Amino acid sequence: MAEKRKFTIPIGPQHPALKEPESFSVALKGEKILGVEIKLGYNHRGLEKACESRTFIQDIYLIERICGICSHSHSTCFIQAVEEIAGLQIPARANYIRTLVGELERVHSHLLWLGVAGHEIGFDTLLMYSWRDREVVMDVLAELTGNRVNYGINTIGGVRRDISEEQIKETAKAIDILEERTKYYVEVAQQETTIIKRLSGVGVLKHDDALRLGAVGPTARASNIARDIRKDDPYAAYAELDFKVITDNHEDIYGRTVVRLLELMESYKIIRQVLEKLPAGDICVKAPRKIPAGEALSRYEAPRGEDMHYVKANGTEKPDRVKVRAPTLANVQSVKTMLQDRNLADMPIVIAAIDPCFSCTDRMTQVTDLADNSRQVWDWEKLRSHGIEWYRQRGVDFTALNNKLKQRL
Amino acid sequence: MINPGKMLKEVLCSLFRKPVTVLYPHVKMEMPVGFRGAIKFSPDKCSGCKLCMRDCPTNAITINKVGEKQFECEIDLGKCIYCGQCVDSCFKKALEVTRDMELAQAGKNKGKLKVTHR
Repeated sequence: MAEKRKFTIPIGPQHPALKEPESFSVALKGEKILGVEIKLGYNHRGLEKACESRTFIQDIYLIERICGICSHSHSTCFIQAVEEIAGLQIPARANYIRTLVGELERVHSHLLWLGVAGHEIGFDTLLMYSWRDREVVMDVLAELTGNRVNYGINTIGGVRRDISEEQIKETAKAIDILEERTKYYVEVAQQETTIIKRLSGVGVLKHDDALRLGAVGPTARASNIARDIRKDDPYAAYAELDFKVITDNHEDIYGRTVVRLLELMESYKIIRQVLEKLPAGDICVKAPRKIPAGEALSRYEAPRGEDMHYVKANGTEKPDRVKVRAPTLANVQSVKTMLQDRNLADMPIVIAAIDPCFSCTDRMTQVTDLADNSRQVWDWEKLRSHGIEWYRQRGVDFTALNNKLKQRL
Repeated sequence: MINPGKMLKEVLCSLFRKPVTVLYPHVKMEMPVGFRGAIKFSPDKCSGCKLCMRDCPTNAITINKVGEKQFECEIDLGKCIYCGQCVDSCFKKALEVTRDMELAQAGKNKGKLKVTHR
């Protein structure tokens, strides 16, 4: 009888608990999770290949669209690599502006995560209020860069927009409001029973496991690993700024919540210093269109953890190879350990707690034939024809509708 | 200290506050001054160097020669990602960003903005 009660259920690719398509195959015994198999690849967009057929300038905007939330992280990471290959020394003011936008992005990302985490544990009040407060930082970003997301502030050799005295004052005012609100959320996290009881002891990732699995960002820091690229390998203006690396020894989702909230307070500290110290001078140096041959690896502390870009140039206007390792790829394996022997009901919040961004992570789609266990990689054309055929077999045919649409347009 | 209903006060206070949301489109929304919206083309400044076409990440902009030192510009609003790179690339300042963001069109072909030299 006991053997019969074991079963496997698929969570995803399309599932209400997941914000993006990704497949988790969960082996269950009653409510208890025996094992999880993670299948990546449902959001593959071919971005790395697309980079190779565009110029470096065009790539900035493509790379920025890897992720909607940490767009500045990806574009800065890419540009740092390109600038290193080209041997460009970027002005101090540009470095400070990059840091400022990077930290504002961290603020909006962490507030967004707080809301999502609240939603996943059924605490929607927290979602509504934290997202309302997030609008303050979104407005600041729109004011400084010209857009709410995909800021487009970076260019090879510096930044595209300068910051005026008035904007500095406005940003400082917004930071005061945000700091007050964040203090309140820290209090909520430390006192509210709903949060403490639901998140304590859930999604446990021990210190040794986190090291072994190579966790990054707040996931690692909540397991008491002081790993932060801003401190370990300072880029932009971080070497000149004073801030702490927040760690926590809870080793669970509650710890990750506390780490993110306290990191917000550190971000406000960094932003204030940047606004005060902002050096005068140019914001951009002239960059060549053809980047000399060479390769570089660049690291950046995105809100979700360490982001890594590898760029290889061959002396033309277009890169030879671009490789992106998004933070979620480093963290996704730890989900397996976190869910081992836990209840199925913990799954949504455990996945949400690493702040996953699956579309940033996916690099290829691999198809396994269950009959002979053979594996093959499908290209775009094959996927498309497979999709059309799959629906046609089930009586859904869009050919007539397609023809009708073509006639009308 | 454990305090159930820590957010209760906040929730009750909100009962007497005005909503944060705005009834768009009944209430007009203004974008900030530096917002990157639709691209404006000034035909008399264009020299036809086509640097904007070369740098556009989505090939949304097209410059055509229509006469002696006369150029027309066509921007596909469906392709444009409003990054403003064409504005940065233009040496003659023939292109500029506007705050116009209400660009939805009914129909694929209506989404093309064409500015011709008059």
